Amino acid sequence: MNPVNYLYLSALLFTIGAAGVLIRRNAIVLFMCVELMLNASNLALVTFSRLHGTLDGQIIAFFTMVVAAAEVVVGLAIIVSIFRTRHSASVDDSNLMKL
Amino acid sequence: MNSLIPLLVAAPLAGAALLLLGGRALDRFGHWLATALAALSFGFGLALFSDMLGREAEHRAITKHLFSWIPVNGFQADISFRLDQLSMTFVLLITGVGTLIHLYSVGYMAHDERRRRFFAYLNLFLAAMLLLVVADNYLLLYFGWEGVGLASYLLIGFWQHKPSAATAAKKAFIVNRVGDMGLSIAIMLMFVEFGSFSFEPILGSAGTVGGAAQASEGKLTAIGLMLLLAACGKSAQVPLQSWLGDAMEGPTPVSALIHAATMVTAGVYLITRSSAIFDLAPDAQTAVVVVGAVTLLFGAIVGCAKDDIKKALAGSTMSQIGYMVLAAGLGPIGYAFAIMHLVTHGFFKAGLFLGAGSVMHGMNDEVDMRHYGGLRKHMPVTFVTFGLGYLAIIGFPGLSGFFSKDKIIEAAFAKGGTEGWILGLCALVGAAVTAFYMTRVMLLTFFGEKRWQPDADGNAPHPHESPKTMTIPMVLLAFGSVFAGGLFAYNGSFLTWLEPVTGHSEGDSPLAPLVVTLLTTACMLAGVAVSYLMYGRSAVPVVPPVGSPLTRAARRDLLQDDFNHAVLVRPGSALTAALVYFDSRGLDGFVNGLAATIGGISGRLRRVQNGFVRSYALSMFGGTLVLVATTLLMRSV
Amino acid sequence: MTALNLAATGTTSLGEAVQFWVLAVVAVGGALGMVLMRKAVHSALCLAATMLALAVCYMAQGAVFLGVVQIVVYTGAIMMLFLFVVMLVGVTSEDSLKEQLKGQRFAAVLCGLGFGVLLIAGIADARLNHFTGLSEANAEGNVPGLARLIFTRYVWAFEVTGALLITAAIGAMVLTHREHVKAPKTQRELAAQRVKDNIQLPPLPAPGVYARHNAVDIPALLPDGTIAEDSVMETLRERGQIRDVSQEMLRRMAELENTTADWLGRPSSERPTVAGPRKSLEPVPAQQPDAQTDVPKADQEGAE
Repeated sequence: MNPVNYLYLSALLFTIGAAGVLIRRNAIVLFMCVELMLNASNLALVTFSRLHGTLDGQIIAFFTMVVAAAEVVVGLAIIVSIFRTRHSASVDDSNLMKL
Repeated sequence: MNSLIPLLVAAPLAGAALLLLGGRALDRFGHWLATALAALSFGFGLALFSDMLGREAEHRAITKHLFSWIPVNGFQADISFRLDQLSMTFVLLITGVGTLIHLYSVGYMAHDERRRRFFAYLNLFLAAMLLLVVADNYLLLYFGWEGVGLASYLLIGFWQHKPSAATAAKKAFIVNRVGDMGLSIAIMLMFVEFGSFSFEPILGSAGTVGGAAQASEGKLTAIGLMLLLAACGKSAQVPLQSWLGDAMEGPTPVSALIHAATMVTAGVYLITRSSAIFDLAPDAQTAVVVVGAVTLLFGAIVGCAKDDIKKALAGSTMSQIGYMVLAAGLGPIGYAFAIMHLVTHGFFKAGLFLGAGSVMHGMNDEVDMRHYGGLRKHMPVTFVTFGLGYLAIIGFPGLSGFFSKDKIIEAAFAKGGTEGWILGLCALVGAAVTAFYMTRVMLLTFFGEKRWQPDADGNAPHPHESPKTMTIPMVLLAFGSVFAGGLFAYNGSFLTWLEPVTGHSEGDSPLAPLVVTLLTTACMLAGVAVSYLMYGRSAVPVVPPVGSPLTRAARRDLLQDDFNHAVLVRPGSALTAALVYFDSRGLDGFVNGLAATIGGISGRLRRVQNGFVRSYALSMFGGTLVLVATTLLMRSV
Repeated sequence: MTALNLAATGTTSLGEAVQFWVLAVVAVGGALGMVLMRKAVHSALCLAATMLALAVCYMAQGAVFLGVVQIVVYTGAIMMLFLFVVMLVGVTSEDSLKEQLKGQRFAAVLCGLGFGVLLIAGIADARLNHFTGLSEANAEGNVPGLARLIFTRYVWAFEVTGALLITAAIGAMVLTHREHVKAPKTQRELAAQRVKDNIQLPPLPAPGVYARHNAVDIPALLPDGTIAEDSVMETLRERGQIRDVSQEMLRRMAELENTTADWLGRPSSERPTVAGPRKSLEPVPAQQPDAQTDVPKADQEGAE
């Protein structure tokens, strides 16, 4: 098997995640889709690391995880505070930016 | 002696300031204070005059630098004065006649509750007029020029409760603005051309050559025409003459001082002062003589038709100033005679106006000559002084007008060629018409049967002689009317006096001086005779007859207001309306249309911003798609 | 460990191939499930499955440390955070199937397909045939290798991510912190408010506890045999998880009495009449006739 299959898997997962972001309305699920996209890119990075024989790809994946953790913390905090004020977790309800 | 020059201006200026700021405390003696200050100024003038006579002709001009007015780099305007023979003549005329008219006003305005204010304005006028004639540069002259305009406005509209007076004041001011614009443009042109406003660098003086000598003729012509426009405005010359008749709404002393003797002659002063420019710009000079000749006849015709004694005299003033402008336009042949006629005219016209005021004073302010008649028995002093003024203005041999007007006609012929003939004949016709309308005024007012009737309140007028304060100035002015001309003409003394300033040259007249004199006298006698036949032999109707079309037109000032209305006001209104239309529909329409277009497009574009996060995410994702596709395509190509 | 070593050398074994295909199916299935499940809890569980599959993939490719981190941090911490928030926000909150944005779903699927095709085409176009492998890089072990890089070349980024984490923690606290604008109501004030509202003065009735059920979801019975809805907590009421057992209870009581009477041989006059519920308790259950039956019915109950 050619390890490039991992890349195909990564691309597939990324696309599914992106489509999920566009389709789902629940803010939490939206966040999960974003996490899936990050994971897909991590997989690609790990595969690249193996491809080049260096550990830098893994390092970047590691940092991605850290940043994702931070992002999730802040994002979920935002969702909670939005839910508190608007009693809804649907992103379509938060359209105050509309003119 | 130089330091006396600022005091000339300062004395009446202080009077104006005192009277205006002093308040009611000065009501009791304010008029005497003003008269005293005018007399003081006259005293200064006399002192300076005697001092000037004591020097050689070449060294008579003196200057006094007071302080730097606007000291900017390259732009130097000073408060500095220059007193030469020309200024001296004006100073004596202004302060002399001015003092007399102040004195006259004490009696004339005795019952006016705003008398103090009136005298303040008179003093203000004196100060501004003196500043105008002793200024050393055009900017200061302009300052005085505007000052007399302001004083004129204030005095014409002095009885502001009368709508006609208020309107007349505004009219005078606005028409004068047109001329003032000419003067300001002329000053700007001079500054651009010569880099200075002062007389000496521009016009030169005894022994030096001014910048005008080196300038091109085209520029000098432009400056000259602008100066002529200024003179037309201030001196009521065609085409800016329309304000003078209405200016008679002011008190009679004002008409005498400002609108007969002094202010309206400022235009002549300006042209004479700028002789160095006009001498080198023949086209501008031609324009000046044309304006003078046209106004001469215009004013005379208007004077024939007016029944209002003051307006008849106003027409006469216009006509006489036309003579002066004509003479000034003739160049060195005529400058001295223009000024000479100006001075003699100052005496007899002021006298005539004061006489008219005296008549009105005795006739309950009636101004219609058809309601006078036979007044010679009731007011003998007025009759005699007015009569002497009348003889002077028609040029009765031996009186002032005879000498000065005769010289102008002579100079007009001396212009030479066809031009000279035309100008000379115009002047002769003018002399005849002058004799006609002045005789008419004389006959209607002092001869014939009495025609006055009780006014609306049932008060029949009781014609009586005016008080001493009024008659004394009239008598003094009558002396001037009789003797000034002879004095000036004796041995060419006036000519010699002015020659260092204006220069003089004898033209080659096609007619001998004696012939001209005889012709003038004959024309004058013809005018008197025709007038006598029309008004002296038969009774004068109280209600004016319909008259010929010319008469009807002349009664309406030869349709000057209609002309202005049709040619200036109506197109101006139309232009304004068109501009407003263009502005509101064209410019605003364009701007509003642009705004509406952008607003409409924005309104449609706005719908893209629907506020849904997922929509924005979709557009981002689509953009990424396009970017990735483009990158891949570019790599594969 | 064979797979690991093979991964380190840059070649792939059959074992890894089999593992990949299994994991790939799990991962894609989990991803699709996450997107398609209507309940957020289900989505979260699907995502957890995908992440676990990915963790194994990491390990198979020689990234042992990352695989462990993936399990501990992602599946362990982050997914728990997700579930926590899902619980906080409401387990039952579902997406309605109706799409509100016109054309959004269609466009999303279209874009997704296009993007996927582009990515896969791009990868295929790259023709990556040669793999260096990590055997050299992982010579002294994966964790020491990573540590060497993190604390030398990437130390600056490491510090910055540390700052980022602290900022995120503070940010989360600030965002969720609620300022109390006014003092909370005391017991006394709440009581006064209740009297003022005059809706439910006494305490709510306790649920009907019959010792045979999860007690809280069974409403108490009022004297007339009807149920007292107030006795069940609001959440259960809203979910419809309220169990009306009034009929059954009455019947069982009567059966018990009858069994005792049979044992003692009491005459029928002393036996309690098993009365059906009052007419007002409509709708009358269909088992109404069963109420008269005795023993055989009891057997059925026992079998329940």
